[in-house]
Amino acid sequence: MPEAVGTTELAGDLVIRAAAVADVPAVTRLDSRITGMTKPDYWADMFERYGKRPNRFFLIAEGEGAGVIGFIIGEVRAWEFGSPPSGWIFALGVDPTARLNKIGSRLFEAMCGRLAESGVDMVRTMLARDDELNMAFFRSQGMMGGPFIQLEMSLYGFAGGHG
Amino acid sequence: MRLQQATRCALFAVLELAQDPDRQISAPDIAEKYGISANHLAKVLRDLVRAGLVESMRGAGGGYRFSGNAKRVTLYEVVHMFEDIGSKPGGRPEGGDSSDIGRALGQVMNEIDETAVSTLKSITLATLLKLIHRNAAGQAGSRSKKDSVNA
Repeated sequence: MPEAVGTTELAGDLVIRAAAVADVPAVTRLDSRITGMTKPDYWADMFERYGKRPNRFFLIAEGEGAGVIGFIIGEVRAWEFGSPPSGWIFALGVDPTARLNKIGSRLFEAMCGRLAESGVDMVRTMLARDDELNMAFFRSQGMMGGPFIQLEMSLYGFAGGHG
Repeated sequence: MRLQQATRCALFAVLELAQDPDRQISAPDIAEKYGISANHLAKVLRDLVRAGLVESMRGAGGGYRFSGNAKRVTLYEVVHMFEDIGSKPGGRPEGGDSSDIGRALGQVMNEIDETAVSTLKSITLATLLKLIHRNAAGQAGSRSKKDSVNA
């Protein structure tokens, strides 16, 4: 049964900080509640790749007495099909019961601040077209359609492909 | 992409009213501000009242007031009231649809439709109002830069 959205009001301060290895189990649990899939290896690998290196940011939202209630991950990418260095956000999660407390906005602002400090002046993301929740969130933060377009095709029939 | 006249009237009216939900504005005032037909707007406003997005205030100083939730209502909901945007495959078939060319063209048209629908669904009235304010602030900023260069 889906969790009731926005039922928790934060009692105290919200802290946005860099993730530590000790946060990985809590992030794994939170992601599992949001997506319905538990992926401990994936999140351990994400921390290794994005929690420890320059120009890569794995941030946590921690509520007073509530533990980890949100996360965001981003990095600086450069020269993909001619794109000058720009920030990329590719993961965002907020505890469904704690939504409507501006946790996503605080995480997004913190990420934009870190990306700007890294010297880029543009931030991008890519979402599923039908992901209305995240699409509306990023739009509400001021993001607009950009000059790049995502393309894909099935690899069915290629060597090594299934089928 | 061009929206139909009724849709444009509705978006102008809803967004004008949503900028200040406490303010009442008459239909002729909205029509004059945006250069749209007052008759057309009156019909559109009736539909918006029925949908619960605006309310009609009677009496002296009456007019219309925004009564929806700007953080929840998306552009798609307003547009969809007045035109069939992003019509799904399976609608009335047209000549050539089932040919190889027709099917391939249909795939491309569907991609465009789906992008348009998801864009409109992702933008709430509140988000569009923010964009309007950002644009205005940007214009004011570039004007003051120009003024200081010219000074």
